[in-house]
Amino acid sequence: MPWSKIKPEIEEPDFQSVLGNTCRKVAYAEAIREALDQALELDERVFVMGQGVDDPSGMFGATLNLHKKHGRTRVFDTPLAENGLTGIAIGAAIGGMRPVYFHNRPDFLLLTMDQLVNHASKWHYMFGGAVHVPLVVWACIGRGWGSAAQHSQALQGLFMHIPGLKLIMPSTCYDAKGLMLASIADENPVIILEHRYNFKHTGLVPEEPYRVPIGKGVIRKTGTDITIIAVSYMVTEAYHAAETLKSDGIDAEIVDLRTLRPFDEEIILSSLAKTGRVLIADTGWKAGGVTAEIAAFLCENGFSSLKAPISRVACPDIPTPSGFTLEEAFYPGAKDIVIASRKLMGWGR
Amino acid sequence: MKDSVSPDKLRQLYYEMLRIRRVQLKIESLYHLDDMKTPIHMYIGQEAIAAGVCAHLGKEDYISSNHRGHGHYLAKGGSLKRLVAELYCRETGCSKGRGGSMHLVDTSVGHMGSSSIVGGGIPIGTGLSLSIQMKGQGRVSVVFFGDGAAEEGVLYESVNFAILKQLPVIYIYENNQYAVCSQISARQRGEIIFHQTNPADMFVKVVDGNSVLDVYQAAGMAVERARAGDGPSFIECKTYRLRGHAGAGSDVHLGYRPSEEISLWEARCPVADFRKRLLQNGDMTAGDDEFMEKEIADEIDEAFLFAQTSPLPKGEEVEKYLFRG
Repeated sequence: MPWSKIKPEIEEPDFQSVLGNTCRKVAYAEAIREALDQALELDERVFVMGQGVDDPSGMFGATLNLHKKHGRTRVFDTPLAENGLTGIAIGAAIGGMRPVYFHNRPDFLLLTMDQLVNHASKWHYMFGGAVHVPLVVWACIGRGWGSAAQHSQALQGLFMHIPGLKLIMPSTCYDAKGLMLASIADENPVIILEHRYNFKHTGLVPEEPYRVPIGKGVIRKTGTDITIIAVSYMVTEAYHAAETLKSDGIDAEIVDLRTLRPFDEEIILSSLAKTGRVLIADTGWKAGGVTAEIAAFLCENGFSSLKAPISRVACPDIPTPSGFTLEEAFYPGAKDIVIASRKLMGWGR
Repeated sequence: MKDSVSPDKLRQLYYEMLRIRRVQLKIESLYHLDDMKTPIHMYIGQEAIAAGVCAHLGKEDYISSNHRGHGHYLAKGGSLKRLVAELYCRETGCSKGRGGSMHLVDTSVGHMGSSSIVGGGIPIGTGLSLSIQMKGQGRVSVVFFGDGAAEEGVLYESVNFAILKQLPVIYIYENNQYAVCSQISARQRGEIIFHQTNPADMFVKVVDGNSVLDVYQAAGMAVERARAGDGPSFIECKTYRLRGHAGAGSDVHLGYRPSEEISLWEARCPVADFRKRLLQNGDMTAGDDEFMEKEIADEIDEAFLFAQTSPLPKGEEVEKYLFRG
């Protein structure tokens, strides 16, 4: 699939974060690959499985050639049996291993719902803490080039609904590596949903292993007028929107949630308290999704700080169309964030 | 085979079956009081399978069980007190009152949990065998499942992977002929497809699931193969569910199966049959039998007293155990 034609490789936005002193510019996929390589190196319990992890493209590069270095016992291709193999990964985790199960697209995670929702998420609670499941499940949301309705679903809303699962959506190269290492080290089932567009980014990443804490958001840009809470690739869109808003005299703050479950309640409440206006931007559907949950949380817990209704920028509640003119109409982006932000600023004036 | 089993082992197999049966009859006798607020699924009639298989396993070997799991748990060496306490929803239960009858666990003896999603434990048990293989531990992982689970796609997915990787896993297919009220003939035609597997890929055997010695013998071969690194096994144990799908007592009044069918299988009771055989062959005396009955009755009384007098979980701890760490 000629992804290069739909989105060029670019540097990720400069969020002016303070990173380590061994940083190099690396591609997004390489950041993940490096995390896996280091985890495999440092912990013999870790293994990487998934359909195509050892193929020539190496899962968009994220697992490229790991089998050559660590062997096919620890980095192995799997049968196309997503539910069974998820259960097998759960069993291996219960038996003391640390599986990382790769899927090309979250759409295929729907085939694993029995094992993820009925089993992985329940095992620790249901047995009163006697057993635990240190499992990482990874999938990359597709977009563009006619990916269509079954290869582009952003299903974070579904997974966010489930108690007992942790849910991660990185937006930078730095976090992609640090959150992968944190997820592998976590004692619980963790789902990482990546976004294909983030894979076009390069960014600063320290060479040494490090962990980005699960459950902690980060302020990507400080501002005083409006809080844009964004997820995954929408953080980049929010950044471009904020640039435009600056010329309107609107100073936007961008909060990158990074973890959707458990999400960082404190960071969004304190940003709301500062700005009084909130826009939530997600790559998934609006109804019953991430933006709905975050908005409900803020209404319940930060209502007195709100100067305007909460605004949401998310995908319309329809399947993804394949034709490019329809894709263009389907996906929200920086422009939508700008329009919604201007509207929000009109409230109470 | 019988000749090669020592009288001690024969009595031990009988004891295990008898103990499972007596525990269940006790649960049944008290269930109507509604103090055990949990759905129960009786293993009565299938005791030979859990006893015959688990006789080959050590504490370090794994089992994966299901909703009809009291027998697996006890045969593997799970604590009786903690089982009964779980039925009474107590904090001292094996799952601390969070799981109930369908979700038993005792990791100290390799019982790693039981799923009430039919077939759900099959891949998990397979994954446990993957961990054994990766660690080079020489253990085995046994998966117990029924004829309903045999229809789930996840069985095919798991067996394919076990054959592919030649995993030390043993699939124990307990064909008790009923899934809730649905007879197997309404759901399957002919024998399960795995009987046609190439013997070099997987050891496959069909046994009389009501004969503890048949089960014991087949399981012994499977365990030996697994420990030697010779791959997976699949044993179908043909048996019969004497009680209803769930709850206590007979369900003959529902009329979905003929009472003659139930009577026929009651006459083939694995526990009574084996008792008769051991007594006839002089492998056990009536005195031995009485002693076992007494010992088991005392243990059961003690376990029920423990459960009934144990503390209940506190409401303020309802969120505990969502995550580890």
